[in-house]
Amino acid sequence: MRVALFITCLADQFYAEAGVAAVRLLRALGVEVDFPEGQTCCGQPAFNAGYWDEARPLAKRTLEVFEEAEYVVLPSGSCASMVKNHYPELLPGNREALAMAEKTYELSQFLVRVLGVEKLGEGLKGRKVAYHHGCHALRELGVREEPLLLLQNAGAEVLPWEAWEECCGFGGLFSVKLPEVSLAMADRKLATLPEAEVLTSTDAGCLLHLSGRMGKKGLGLRVAPLATLLWEAYAG
Amino acid sequence: MRAKAKLYPKEAARLLREKPGVREAVTGATLHFERNRLKAYAEVPIEEWRERAKAVKDHVLTHLDHYLELAERRLRENGVQVHWAETPEDAHRVLREVVHRRGVKRAVKAKSMLTEELGVNPLLESLGVEVYETDLGEYLIQLLGEPPSHIVGPAIHLSLGEIQKLFHARFGTPLDASPEALAQVARRVLREAFLSAELGLSGANFLVAETGTLALMENEGNIRLSTSLPKVHVAFVGIEKLLPRFADLALFLPLTARAATGQRLATFVSLIQGPAREGEEGPEEVHVVLVDHGRTALLHDLEAWETLRCLRCGACLNACPVYRQTGGHPYGYVYSGPIGAVLDPGLLGLEEAYPLPYASTLCGACYEACPVKIPIPRLLLTWRHRAAEEGLTPSWEHGAMRAFRKVMESPALYRLFSKGLRGLPLPQDLLPLLRAWTEGRGPLRPSPKPFHELWKEVADGR
Repeated sequence: MRVALFITCLADQFYAEAGVAAVRLLRALGVEVDFPEGQTCCGQPAFNAGYWDEARPLAKRTLEVFEEAEYVVLPSGSCASMVKNHYPELLPGNREALAMAEKTYELSQFLVRVLGVEKLGEGLKGRKVAYHHGCHALRELGVREEPLLLLQNAGAEVLPWEAWEECCGFGGLFSVKLPEVSLAMADRKLATLPEAEVLTSTDAGCLLHLSGRMGKKGLGLRVAPLATLLWEAYAG
Repeated sequence: MRAKAKLYPKEAARLLREKPGVREAVTGATLHFERNRLKAYAEVPIEEWRERAKAVKDHVLTHLDHYLELAERRLRENGVQVHWAETPEDAHRVLREVVHRRGVKRAVKAKSMLTEELGVNPLLESLGVEVYETDLGEYLIQLLGEPPSHIVGPAIHLSLGEIQKLFHARFGTPLDASPEALAQVARRVLREAFLSAELGLSGANFLVAETGTLALMENEGNIRLSTSLPKVHVAFVGIEKLLPRFADLALFLPLTARAATGQRLATFVSLIQGPAREGEEGPEEVHVVLVDHGRTALLHDLEAWETLRCLRCGACLNACPVYRQTGGHPYGYVYSGPIGAVLDPGLLGLEEAYPLPYASTLCGACYEACPVKIPIPRLLLTWRHRAAEEGLTPSWEHGAMRAFRKVMESPALYRLFSKGLRGLPLPQDLLPLLRAWTEGRGPLRPSPKPFHELWKEVADGR
């Protein structure tokens, strides 16, 4: 099996190690990994902000870059949803868009649903993990159980968190268009955060926003993308 | 009500800064409603209910002329006087006529968002009529001179302390009076109003076309009194509120109650079939004013008409993490929260309501809560797209998006940008965005090397 990794621009720039972890993990599970070099951004920021004319060419070039791929896997729920749910809206009648939607998965979703992997290893034994459900992973892709299953089966204690399904307030351009509201949302989320060793999620955007806010408030908690933790689950 | 939606970003920021208590009160109350809703949804095959409700509303909206005519006929057969109001002025005319003809000095009013939309209270006051809001929450905000902060809980933003202070100043109750004691005071005032008012005003949750029945839901009993004690009852009904058949109420009454407050049914449901007949007690005159006020235009908007399925249950407000931070006031119009963000541009025009479609992170909690499956996130995207197309968005933002596209269209430029992020100066267009980000979250710290460079190191295996 061959997977083309779509690393997404935010992970590329801010959580590069998550990409490395995804590559190592997929390879360890017997999957061949490509990284089509022409990839940049899926166009989501422009699309969500209403600039469809700016988003469309980016979607089209992403379709070209991944045309040959058997599967496209992303360590990001919201970019995966952009490809799966919004490319067909943005490019109505475009067959390639439908084809790409079919073969695109968020990483944990791919592991559980396509590879049928439910246990990676025991590398997270006894680790106290707080899991933030990224909104698009949760509500647009229906990724709810997969990350929890993989974390728990690797020995992690996923802590109960009252607000774990609530939006963290990132929302792309929202975070800079309405910064006060965005920060108030992060604060509400963090106010209910359990005493964990590590905070994780499928999405780099949420993590960037939450870790930035935690830094500002002097909360010293490790923040790691899910891909990184899943590799630790495997490699120990 | 005059719309101040354009001020949303500023007002939201100001409220968070100046009235942190609002955030606390609204978060507490909405989370309470939200938990109740989840429990109440879980008791029934909610997906089936939502699908059916959506189908019924879509049917009635796509055959609206037919059902409006049928409703008018049935209402008249029931002895109701029917009026059509395309604009608030048309609705005002009906009220003015009633006030003059019946010599109305005092009116009692049940909670209704449509009457807020139409500015009924200011009109009546200008005619010298004393108006009493009779829903307790609505009465509180009337005393304060504020608009509703929530579609269902208009005073959701107030704390007990604020209400105690208000009643102390107004009625001389002790500053530590219990909620029960405060309600007693309000009850005494309102009871007197019910008994002396010549005019009762209400909205309607539903109007059944088949039978000409007005259906009203409430928990306090005030709607029942407002619509039955005064000699004249005037109900304002948005034309989107129609249901085809009486039997549809069996779905819509429990669904709305579950969505709004997590109740299986509202404590009181009034089904009004016209004025009192011989030997019955009740109003001598019942008027129904069918109000358009932008709805027909929205119905003809092929990308946005689904908004009109809205039942005004407020479930999306309770579910919305953005709404929870500020309550409804910063949105600047009667309808706030996620539904306001898509309904207001439809009713007021996008130019008036421009910033509202951006009052969301597109998290989708509103869609999950909506009892009639209004695709609010999709509609937000539609309105944003139009805002960008029509040039309503700020120029720095458009500039930043153009720059973003240029960079992302070319892997070579993207790699250059990647280097820039690690040392070189950033394009001017991106600077305001960066500043807005770093203020609350500290500087951006990119990985030492981007993944596309690390790939070269991991590419060859291992």
